[in-house]
Amino acid sequence: MLRHHLAAAWVIARRDFCAVIFSKTFIFFLIGPLFPVFIGAMAAAVGSQVSRDIDRPVVGIAMPAHQGDLLVAARAGLAPRMAGFVPEYTVLARLAPGETFDARTVLASKGVKGAPQLAAVVTGTLDKPVLTATSERVDQWRGQLALIAAEAGAPGPRTYPDVIEDKIATTAAKQHVDLAVTAQAGQVLLFLLTMLLAGMVLSNLVEEKANKIIEVLAASIPMDALFLGKLFAMLAVSLVGIAVWGSVYGLLMLAGMKSIPLLATPSVGWPMFCLLGFLYFAMAYLLLGSLFLSIGGMATTVREVQTLSMPVTMMQLMVFFFASYALARPGTWIETASQVFPVSSPFAMLAQAAQSPVLWPHLVALVYQAVWVGVIIRVGAQLFRRTVMKSGPARGRRGWFRRPVAATAR
Amino acid sequence: MKIEPFASFTGTPVSDNVPSAELAIEARGLVKRFDGFTAVDGVDISVPRGSIYGILGPNGAGKTTTLRMLLGIIDPDSGYRRVLGHERPTEVARRIGYLPEERGLYPAMKASEAIAFLAALRGVPLKEGRRRGRDLLEQHGLGYAADRQIRQLSKGMAQQVQLLGTLVHEPDLVVFDEPFSGLDALNQGKLERMIRSLAERGTTVIFSTHVIAHAERLCDQIAIIAGGKVPFAGPVDAARDRLRPQVRLETRAQDGPWRAAIPADARHEGRFWFFTLPESGVEPLLRALIEGDAGILSLSIERPGLHDAFVSIAGEAAARALEESAQEAAERATEKKGRR
Repeated sequence: MLRHHLAAAWVIARRDFCAVIFSKTFIFFLIGPLFPVFIGAMAAAVGSQVSRDIDRPVVGIAMPAHQGDLLVAARAGLAPRMAGFVPEYTVLARLAPGETFDARTVLASKGVKGAPQLAAVVTGTLDKPVLTATSERVDQWRGQLALIAAEAGAPGPRTYPDVIEDKIATTAAKQHVDLAVTAQAGQVLLFLLTMLLAGMVLSNLVEEKANKIIEVLAASIPMDALFLGKLFAMLAVSLVGIAVWGSVYGLLMLAGMKSIPLLATPSVGWPMFCLLGFLYFAMAYLLLGSLFLSIGGMATTVREVQTLSMPVTMMQLMVFFFASYALARPGTWIETASQVFPVSSPFAMLAQAAQSPVLWPHLVALVYQAVWVGVIIRVGAQLFRRTVMKSGPARGRRGWFRRPVAATAR
Repeated sequence: MKIEPFASFTGTPVSDNVPSAELAIEARGLVKRFDGFTAVDGVDISVPRGSIYGILGPNGAGKTTTLRMLLGIIDPDSGYRRVLGHERPTEVARRIGYLPEERGLYPAMKASEAIAFLAALRGVPLKEGRRRGRDLLEQHGLGYAADRQIRQLSKGMAQQVQLLGTLVHEPDLVVFDEPFSGLDALNQGKLERMIRSLAERGTTVIFSTHVIAHAERLCDQIAIIAGGKVPFAGPVDAARDRLRPQVRLETRAQDGPWRAAIPADARHEGRFWFFTLPESGVEPLLRALIEGDAGILSLSIERPGLHDAFVSIAGEAAARALEESAQEAAERATEKKGRR
């Protein structure tokens, strides 16, 4: 009987998969998520160029005689050895004795020849420099200026000793934070993919109902085989999409696009983490998909499905927030709850894969999640039969799990 | 004509005498309620293997609900059903073909693929289904449409494709729900021939209809259904035999001792007398007419049709509803044809 169930599910899955893959709209499905990526990349490139052009602050110097040149030279010597951003220094004026310089007027004017991005002006002397700038800039550069001025004011050349480097890979605290970041990144990716892809399942039975073919299907195969087939077809479609998007990303990397920041190696190692990520994606998809299929099965029109899509998206968000919240509370009942609650379980367990090297809980979790997929499909199919196909007893909840035929007349 | 309301019918369906093993379908006391409304109320049906069985009744009588219960699409609230020897019809779904009243296929599928898909649902491998699909389309003059999408076919052609898809896996039992609705006279004739040929090959065919003529022409047995109940189930002849034959007598004499042989409720028009053949039979009647010097000019004894039997069994109201259903269906078909 199970063989027949699976064979029937295969027939449905094959039909649905081919119907989606070979439809013209599938092209739009594939390129849809790439639009925001391309637009984002272009916006980032343009924004970065604009930022580079605009945000190159220069500190102008107006000091007596050659003091300004000394300051510029000291800045050049120290800047490579200082952490953080050190703005360019440029001499605006070499003041004669008694000559004054109105820094405020210069900073208020739109542009100064040779220093269009003038952000601050240093006047006074090396012993007593005056930094004229906005409050933020003053706070930012006051310390730097003091150091550079001291260096410029000291007689004779300076030699800086070479520091012998003793680098360690990480510290325990950093590792904990890095793994949490990897875990969160895994969860975000899982969430984005399920949110993008699982919603499609919502409208999956509308076609059958609209085309009246549901009656033939219901007479030919068990309803849970229909649900199972539809779910796996959409999972396969999603995997095709992910494969295409992944390939495009890989090609862009090869073409020299800047990669996303490297994450810390998860506790189970990258290959196992990727495998678990794939399996947990499949489970998250099947869990949410079976739920959506059951909910969507009740809808009779596309409009009803559209109405349902917003609450369904909110539900996905809540699941994601719950799993993320639990990630920040390791060892608490919240973390356990997020691992046990079926729809948040894949998210929570993927986070665990990043943070703990123990593998057996994943095997248990995958089996547990698969059982829940079966339960939701079974309940969804029963609900569909009862509410849409108008099957089952007219009243009474006990009938849900009874044998289909009551032998009362015999 | 004497009308017997169905509520008073308590006879045992003839097919109850058939052993269970020889029955393709056996149902007892099927009941189905929807939101407090009883759609099917204690239906008993016995369909012998290899027979053509009709479920005859007006719209809303419970025909489709009964068929859906027999197919396992819905479960009865109570009652017992056995289809091809199984209490769960879904277990033998691969041996059943079903054409629902509301036809439907995936519009983007090619005709041959649609048949192969329906075959695959019933366990036929896809490759074999494709081969059979193309063969069937060729055999029925639709070979040129094999690679056309369903949405590109006319409604009649799409219906034929679905019909072929219903039969592609060579089922032991075929269930048609209102198979003639929406078909023109030519295609109705083709379908009738197809049903007969299926029965000749040993396939059991059960169909619902509200057109008495189809049931009368095709069926070995029928179930008359009205108001969710089945007042009669059995051979068509048994339904007809529930009415006494009708006598049409033409006499030369207007009066005489022979008049005693004529029932009191006989209708008299000129020289003609119309009445139900007395239970004593035709011989005593003839003897009385001859001995009473009636001067018989003509005498005919007519067996009642299925329509009369339906009226007798289901009642006048059900018969009127049946006629209205047939009328509505015909009007719908004409309307659709006009639109096309």
